[in-house]
Amino acid sequence: MKKILSGNLFFTLILIALLALVPYIAPPFYVYLTLTSLAYIPVVIGFNILFGYTGLLSFGHGLFLALGMYTTAFLMRNYTMENLEVLILASALSAFIVGLGVGYICVKYTRIYFALLTLAFGMVFYTLLIKFTPITGGDEGLRITFKPLLLGLDFRYLPHLDFLFQPYYYYVLGIVIILTVLAYIIVSSHFGLSLKAIKENSEKAEALGINIKRFRLYSFVISAIYTSIGGALLAHITSHVTPIFSYWTTSGEIVFMTLLGGFTNFFGPIIGVFVYTLLRDFIMSTIIYWRILFGAALLLIIIFVPGGISEGLIRIYKHFKGA
Amino acid sequence: MALLEPSTITILVLTGIFSSSIIFLISAGLQIVFGIQRILNLTVGSFYAIGAYVGITFINFFLKMGFSVVYGLLFLILAGLSLSFLGPTIERGVLNFVYKKEEAFQLLATFGLVLIFEDMIKLIWGSYPQISDFGILTYGEFRFLDTSFPVYYFLVIISAFLIAFLLEFFIKKTRQGKKMRSVADDIEMSEGLGVKVRNIYILSFTIGTVLGTLAGALIIPVTAAVLGMGIEAIVLAFAVVVIAGLGSMRGALLASLIVGLLQAFITFIFPELTTFVIYLIVIAVLLIKPTGLMGKEI
Repeated sequence: MKKILSGNLFFTLILIALLALVPYIAPPFYVYLTLTSLAYIPVVIGFNILFGYTGLLSFGHGLFLALGMYTTAFLMRNYTMENLEVLILASALSAFIVGLGVGYICVKYTRIYFALLTLAFGMVFYTLLIKFTPITGGDEGLRITFKPLLLGLDFRYLPHLDFLFQPYYYYVLGIVIILTVLAYIIVSSHFGLSLKAIKENSEKAEALGINIKRFRLYSFVISAIYTSIGGALLAHITSHVTPIFSYWTTSGEIVFMTLLGGFTNFFGPIIGVFVYTLLRDFIMSTIIYWRILFGAALLLIIIFVPGGISEGLIRIYKHFKGA
Repeated sequence: MALLEPSTITILVLTGIFSSSIIFLISAGLQIVFGIQRILNLTVGSFYAIGAYVGITFINFFLKMGFSVVYGLLFLILAGLSLSFLGPTIERGVLNFVYKKEEAFQLLATFGLVLIFEDMIKLIWGSYPQISDFGILTYGEFRFLDTSFPVYYFLVIISAFLIAFLLEFFIKKTRQGKKMRSVADDIEMSEGLGVKVRNIYILSFTIGTVLGTLAGALIIPVTAAVLGMGIEAIVLAFAVVVIAGLGSMRGALLASLIVGLLQAFITFIFPELTTFVIYLIVIAVLLIKPTGLMGKEI
């Protein structure tokens, strides 16, 4: 057990070191893709706390991604709020409030009804974003026209891409590491184990004294906050927030990334984000019909390796170790 | 805000019932597959889109061949039916492998199919909207009070009712229909009694497919076929089946009427709020009666 843990730690440190080197060794375009992937990590980790650990499939997580993005854009435009820490906290707070309300209703149901209800909420939010033009900018969305302060430091003298690829990149990397470690602690804790117990056998968990609905709600709110923070980080990268992030196809993408990497493993969704972002870009730049390939990939994963890439890697590893 | 005069109300009611008929066909396709296979088949939206594109190709081809435009409706129905081969192909090729998996994976498998079809349409017909040469006024107009409606609307409404009736008859009275119901009730028991579940699955999925493609073919005299129409359709059909209760055919008829009429009126009074209001109703229904207006307990 200890050996596995130290092995994990070793790989994690190497991965972090590699990620830290990316802005120096990779071409700008790949730095951009890596940065985008980093911002999506809290999104999929949050999604998977709900799906992989609690057993609830949300088909409306785009709502919280968009919530984080719009909270950020709204506060920057209307109140010229500049501190990124404040913006992130504000996005987390709005996700806490909305997540508590939406979650309270959704966790009354499980399985397909939970998926349907979350999808419905995502769609309602999407139409609200389109309709309330004075606040949300309607179809056009909102543009973010200036750079935030990082830890109170002003980097506005830098050109946009230099800002993204240097200070902002490391800021995001730092936040993502903190959030990932925190999530790892959460899922390994007593609380995380209770969630797993609920997923595997909810009646038994209830008999053991776990308040199922309350734990599902906690899981939902944590998930919402993570996803929203991802949105807050992403907003500065796209510098343009649009209602499409709340549409059900975006929610589908979040599900796809998680499945691609593997929802059964804590690190699976993180692998999924990187593979998805890089692959999508590679495929999109070679052929315009990328959806055919992604749809087919999704089908193959579901049919043959429901545990995604991480399960596939583990299988290969075991195969060679056994041989 | 425009005033709701009697003639406006008549127009809205009729266009509402017309879109209800189309929405009913699509959601009936969702219901039959959910009723038998317990899979929420998002692909039905893609079938609708493909039905529309193929319908346009069919009708333009026949019109060029010199056939009279009077046979238009016939060609559209033919186009819808000709796509029935998609049913067994997808059921055997994809769904067959996910029946034993978790619901989440079944839903995602159909999402994968939606992605594939979306691009197949782009590959075959390109990104530009496709328009048919079959005008909506081909069958003339029907005058009522001081307004007039295309006769085509009535033909589609009648067709939808006819299909609803045939479906009901098929499921309730015929041997195959009875087998379907027994599979829906208890798979193991039906298997034990000699029902070939495999064939019933193929049959129900094919019916679901054709309902979608027919709906798509029938809509094309009214609108152009555009990319993303499948996804838009699934959003509505999905609301219908939740309001109806998953798996309930009669519920789908009622809920389609509610959604179709609401859509017509809200689009007229507060355009853009349509999806919002419809999905608020969806949430309300899920909260008050999660099994829908006419759904069975699951």
